[in-house]
Amino acid sequence: MTHARSIWNNGVKTGIIGGVAVLIISLVGMVVSFNRRDIIFEFIAMGHTLLLMTGILIGYTAAKKTTATTTMVKCFNAVVASLVTFSFLALLVIIGNAVNLRAILVNASPMLYKALTLGHHDSAAGIFIILGIGLLCGICAAVLYSVPTAVRRITITALCSVVIAGVLQDLLRPVLLAWGPMSVISDFLFAGNGLTAAGALTVILVIAGIMTVWNFKGDDVKENYQHFSGGTQRGIKIGAFVLLACVLLILPQIVGLFLSEVLTIVGLYVLLGLGLNIVVGYAGLLDLGYVAFFAIGSYVTAILTSPELGFFALNFWQALPFAVLVGICFGVLLGIPVLKMRGDYLAIATLGFGEIIRILVLSDALRPWLGGAQGINKIGKPSLMGYEFSQPQEIYYFILAGCLLVVFISMRLKDSRLGRAWMAMREDEDVAQAMGINLVATKLLAFASGAGFSALSGAIFSAKIGSVYPHSFSVFISINIICLIIVGGMGSIPGVIVGAAALVGLPELLREFADYRMFVYGAALVAMMLLRPEGLWPDVRHKMELHKDESVAEEPQVSTAT
Amino acid sequence: MALLEVDNVHAYYGKIQALKDISITVEKGEIVTLIGGNGAGKSTTLKTISGLLRPKEGRILLEGKDITELPAHQIVTTGVVQVPEGRRIFGQLTVTENLDMGGFTCRNKKLIKENIDRVFGLFPRLKERSRQVAGTLSGGEQQMLAMGRAMMTDPKILLLDEPSMGLAPVLVDLIFETIQKLNDAGTTILLVEQNARMALGIANRGYVLQTGVILLADSSENLNKNEMVRKAYMGES
Repeated sequence: MTHARSIWNNGVKTGIIGGVAVLIISLVGMVVSFNRRDIIFEFIAMGHTLLLMTGILIGYTAAKKTTATTTMVKCFNAVVASLVTFSFLALLVIIGNAVNLRAILVNASPMLYKALTLGHHDSAAGIFIILGIGLLCGICAAVLYSVPTAVRRITITALCSVVIAGVLQDLLRPVLLAWGPMSVISDFLFAGNGLTAAGALTVILVIAGIMTVWNFKGDDVKENYQHFSGGTQRGIKIGAFVLLACVLLILPQIVGLFLSEVLTIVGLYVLLGLGLNIVVGYAGLLDLGYVAFFAIGSYVTAILTSPELGFFALNFWQALPFAVLVGICFGVLLGIPVLKMRGDYLAIATLGFGEIIRILVLSDALRPWLGGAQGINKIGKPSLMGYEFSQPQEIYYFILAGCLLVVFISMRLKDSRLGRAWMAMREDEDVAQAMGINLVATKLLAFASGAGFSALSGAIFSAKIGSVYPHSFSVFISINIICLIIVGGMGSIPGVIVGAAALVGLPELLREFADYRMFVYGAALVAMMLLRPEGLWPDVRHKMELHKDESVAEEPQVSTAT
Repeated sequence: MALLEVDNVHAYYGKIQALKDISITVEKGEIVTLIGGNGAGKSTTLKTISGLLRPKEGRILLEGKDITELPAHQIVTTGVVQVPEGRRIFGQLTVTENLDMGGFTCRNKKLIKENIDRVFGLFPRLKERSRQVAGTLSGGEQQMLAMGRAMMTDPKILLLDEPSMGLAPVLVDLIFETIQKLNDAGTTILLVEQNARMALGIANRGYVLQTGVILLADSSENLNKNEMVRKAYMGES
């Protein structure tokens, strides 16, 4: 009785959620278009992998969530959930064979049915194949659930590594091919549009091997590290830092033109993100018009350097300080009217400011000065000692230098007196004031420094592209930057870098699936907020805040008011 | 000359008048309490003194100097420090970091260190928990931390807003003992309380407020004997 209820409450219900998920994945066309790429060449395609992973995840969730106590029932729950999930796909194929769904659902094509049934879409065998795969997913989930945690972690990580290696093959292959001897590895790992079977197996074994060794020896290593003297520890840290610096320095030479371009874009977003991180992460002021300062930085550089308008003909280095300065001034200018606003109201007011700037640069009235819809071209490239930064690989170094500078400033600011004032203000404005913190100055400084960083990246952006257009400064850039800060971890400097890599770098690498960019983006943000609200690489304090409930046992409070 | 003098103050929230002609004096070394029901204007009076709210008319004098026009963060540096209602400590910072924040206006690191030691001397419980995250302290300890944080600037006068709010009766006793201790150590205190009995128990003088007007001003003993006060604020029939 209770078993039956547990299976209905968990297995079937979770399965229905999964079913809806796989239906959406199939019907928006993700399966078919992802199938164009293989994870393991001529063995398993990316679209199929996505469905399998969803199926296993659903089965595992069902097993984990159920209130039943026996492993048997839990495993049964997993199988039921996966089976229900895949029965949705079976149903889709049956309906699709009987009625033409394409009039409404464009992607419900024979191609999709063929992909779902592994080619048997016109016979009953196809339905059994789908259900069979569902059953298989369920069994996998059940097995994963029953094995010890360590084994599970190793298995999942190893399998995910294969998927990641397959998805990111465009990133890995050029890197491996860059250096002669390494190309052997590339040939071994990759073939056609996926990994080779041997390559996949190697990845699994290597990752599983490393994980296993770490499992047994990891604590020893950590302990040994603790036992090193302070000097040795610092030495190791410096060594790691030097290694990182070397990788960063030679990276563009290895990865080639396209990836260098991606890196420069990520770098620009890191710059922007670090600036907004001061405003949002440190000072807690939700600024949605941040792109305005980016635009201001770009346009000031353009106006000062472009011979097209003919006002000034400064070189990039002469224009840069003006760009940053004007950005800071506008930061203060925006700050003054919104000083009294908090939270949502501030967000809306700043949103308006962002749009005002975009519309101003687009307007015909200001065309003689700002170029209107046609923008400004022929912006001066930065050069150093007669050497011009124009190729992505060269611009990369320029942006890297900018990022390092801004990371350094951010770190120093965080621990400064001003940083503490920002933190106090973020936590509680009234109390901050009662501590003697000048709210007006503190807020304006946050806006100003954020705007300065943004204007700096704007200047670099315009020099990199060589031209500015109003449409480069839509509100989506602001939202993108906010998202990367949240995903990375509010107030955390490494978080911003990780966030930029995940939300800006990955989509650039997966350009061929750009149609689903926003869909995946949205899904990833929702999943992120549910599973890891503190971000990928959180700031220590934010982590504490979000996991406070788990550690705090507040004593019962009795009201004594008379 | 009184330490703090609130002189015929009128204050408004938008168009609504919250304080009507309030005059209060606090002498050096005293504990003075403001009692009254909800919406009587007790907290508003404190806000007006600490500069969070600007009076429309009237003046506020500290040791004879007019501080009415000073912005809130500068009033702190003159020696008037408020402990806001509802504890409001920085929950994610440790106890020591909270105290550090209290000494924000002080740029002398050595002095901050001394002040932290002084606060730890006043509140030994805080010293035991100096490295604990403040959000995990008990309600009473959080209130102590809020007071300790305010003591970091070595204020001339401490404005306490409902320190007993939301605390268990045992802790209320503890908090009032602490207030007495702070006063014994030389800090002048202006105390806003709903718990009139406790407040009058430790105060030298008290003011009774109702809808923004001062009804009574007298010594604690006389207020304690006053029938109206006993009926209205101490629950006697």
